[in-house]
Parts: sequence; C-alpha cells; structure tokens
Amino acid sequence: MAEFYILLLFIIIAAIIAVETNDLLSSVICVGAIGFGGSLMFLFLRAPDIAITQIVVEVLGLIILIRATIARDLTFITGDREFFGLVVSIVIIFVIFLAGIRVFETLPDFGTAIFARVPDAASQTYISEGLKKTGAANIVASVILDFRAYDTLGEATVLFTSIVGATVILRRKPKKLLEELD
Amino acid sequence: MKGMTVIVKTIASWVKILIFLFGIYIIIFGHLTPGGGFAGGVILASSYVLLMLAFGRKFVEENLSLPLASKLDCLGALLFALIAILGFVFGGIFFVNFLVEKYGQPLELLSAGTIPLSNIAIGLKVGASLFLVILTLSTCCKDFKPGTPSDGKE
Repeated sequence: MAEFYILLLFIIIAAIIAVETNDLLSSVICVGAIGFGGSLMFLFLRAPDIAITQIVVEVLGLIILIRATIARDLTFITGDREFFGLVVSIVIIFVIFLAGIRVFETLPDFGTAIFARVPDAASQTYISEGLKKTGAANIVASVILDFRAYDTLGEATVLFTSIVGATVILRRKPKKLLEELD
Repeated sequence: MKGMTVIVKTIASWVKILIFLFGIYIIIFGHLTPGGGFAGGVILASSYVLLMLAFGRKFVEENLSLPLASKLDCLGALLFALIAILGFVFGGIFFVNFLVEKYGQPLELLSAGTIPLSNIAIGLKVGASLFLVILTLSTCCKDFKPGTPSDGKE
C-alpha cells in the first residue's frame, strides 16, 4: 500500500506544479509526469493492459503537446489571477471533496471487486468462463473483443469519425486534394 | 522542419525497426499477453512519429502518404465491421465468435477464433488514424502564427 501513497503524493505535487508554474513547457512536462505516475499505479494494481495503453498514449500525447508548445514563441504566462475565479474554484473543489468523502465510505475494501457482492453478476461469468468460451488467455481481450465487442465497435466508430473530421477540417489545400482524388 | 542532428538520425534509423516489431508483437499476441489492438496500434504510430521527429515531415510523407494512411484507416474499420457481420452470417448473432472451436487450443498462438483477427483490424485502424492525427496537426501548425489569419485560403 505504501507505494500507492508515494505515487499519489508524486502525482499531486506534479499536478500542482503543472497548474501553478509560469512556463508552458514545464507545465506540459508535469502533465506527462502525472500520466507516468498513473501508469505505474495501474502496473502495481496488476492491470498491465491499461498500464501499457496509458504509457503509450501518454508518450504520444506528450510529443504532440511539446511540439505544439515549442512551435509557439510565447511560452511564458504573465498576469495575475482573478480573485472571483479563485474563490469560486476553491468553493467548488471543497464541495466535490465533501461529496467524495461520502462516496469513498460506500466503496468496498481495497482489492475486492465491487461485483463480488452479487453472486450471479456478469463479471463473474467473464472470469470463470472466459477461457472456455472464447479460448483467449488474456481475459481483457476476451471481454473487449468478444463479450463486449459492441463497446469496441462504438469506440472504433468514435475514433474513425473524429479522424475524418480532423483530416477534413485541418487539411491544407482542400481543392488540390479533391482534384488529385478525381 | 528539416529534422534533427546526425546522432538522432542514426539512432532513430536503428530503433525504428525495433519499435515497429514490438508494435506488431503486441498486436499479434494480444489474446495471450497484455496489450492488444489499441496499444499495438499506438506503438506502430509512434514509430512513424519518431521518424517524423528525426527526419522531418517530408521524409515520412514519402514513406506513408496521407491518402494511403487514410485508406489503411478505412481498411481497418471495414475489416472490424466485416468480422462482426460474418459472425451474423455464420453464427446467427452479431459479433459472435464463430471461429472459436475451428482451430487451435487455448494458450496457443493460433487460437481464440475471431479475437486475433479483430486485434489486427483494430491495430491497423488505430495506428493509421493516430499517424493521420499527428501528420495533419504538424501540417496545420507549420506556418501558424498567433494573431494572424490562417493560411488555409490560398
């Protein structure tokens, strides 16, 4: 358990630096540190699938953000904060903190699945029959590509639609591309 | 963007193959070991991103052009939908694993029915589309200056 608290402290310090610093580049690097801390946490929680995905997407997003930051000349933020915005954000954070305490009281103990209370929950079937029904040793793959393949289809559709929109809006020479296709 | 120094170029030209092979490994072994189509596809895209950072955007566009990448993206999506529809045709249910007992035992490389095929389709799709994202963003940001109108209308 101790490593989780150390990682949590690391993530919180990195998040505070990312918000508070004046340099955009160090802010971006601190956001990357948050992501790497999160992926280490997933690794300690024995979820290597999510850890791999997190670390890979984090690297790619960090590269995009750093390039976008370096491309601008203006990487330092100047000016003061508004007093009203500060008060409102502190109040909102406090309210969410109070609600979060109530939520954490209802959570099950660390390490026990929340569906273990219900004997015939769907997740119990996935764990006990996953290898037999799908033949996949990686139970995550058997869930996302067999039992819950609709979810993956929806996710793929979301990705596809967003890429189509991005390439259509961001392309440089619209007319020339259309002529080449014809 | 002309690319970086000769040290970066040399190391990138060695490392790119290893990253690409690791992405293919993650995709193909997705039903046995941690990983899968999404993570493997992002690794494939990141090998091209390494090339783009080291050698410049033009070099990458000559290797994998933008129309070809969008075709690969569409091909991945089509394959995934085709697997779903084939499940409906052969098994009676949309997305049913109709190949599960046709070949291989569990824990072998060739096993698990349609899951490896879906992994390959998703890996192709995610890799091509993330490559497209980075390529279009770098094309867009190239001459961008804050405060001036964009260069879209030529």
